Amino acid sequence: MMDSDGTLSLVLFSGTDDRLSAGAILAAGAAAMGRPVNVFLQYWAVDAFRKDRVTADHGAAPEAGVAGAKLIRESTQGPRHWSEILRQAKELGDVKVHACALSMELFGITKDDLDPLVDDIEGVASFMGDASAGPITFI
Amino acid sequence: MTVTTPQVQPTKCIDARGMACPGPLLTLIGAIRAGQVGDVIEVLSSDLGSKTDIPAWVAKAKQELVGVVEEEGYARFVVRKAK
Repeated sequence: MMDSDGTLSLVLFSGTDDRLSAGAILAAGAAAMGRPVNVFLQYWAVDAFRKDRVTADHGAAPEAGVAGAKLIRESTQGPRHWSEILRQAKELGDVKVHACALSMELFGITKDDLDPLVDDIEGVASFMGDASAGPITFI
Repeated sequence: MTVTTPQVQPTKCIDARGMACPGPLLTLIGAIRAGQVGDVIEVLSSDLGSKTDIPAWVAKAKQELVGVVEEEGYARFVVRKAK
């Protein structure tokens, strides 16, 4: 049953700028329409949210090719960066960003290493609890 | 796409032309939230996404779409804060 006010949960796995932008834009759109959003960062997405490299060039998915990667890099500068879109999404509505505890262990990092956009560290069971009210999309 | 020429005087006009999707929508939402009930916000947007996004948001948020005017290369969206 589709609930137009239902929670949207996004799992961000990829750390490339195109996929992270897609995730940020989906979160912003849902937040704009009054839907609560949960974002769960796993693996390469956790790495991309490290505060020393948030705005570094994270490249693009292989399907982008060289030209596509350049296009993505150019279109994610400054206020158009996915971290800025996600920041706006958080101001706009109920958007929570959680980092996967397992991925944190994998990289050997703590919450202090992550951008303040990340609200907390969670295990997968907690995330499944947060996400139970609606669909989960994997990016 | 309805083309109406609103006779109302906007309280605030935002030129979001050149802003990438979903920028114009987010700017409109911010202005509506910051405004008073009855305020009329006009947003100029060259972004194609706005043509569907702004009316969709207005309907969802139960605001009032006063009108949409097509210009050369952009559109003006006039929204009144209803609540």
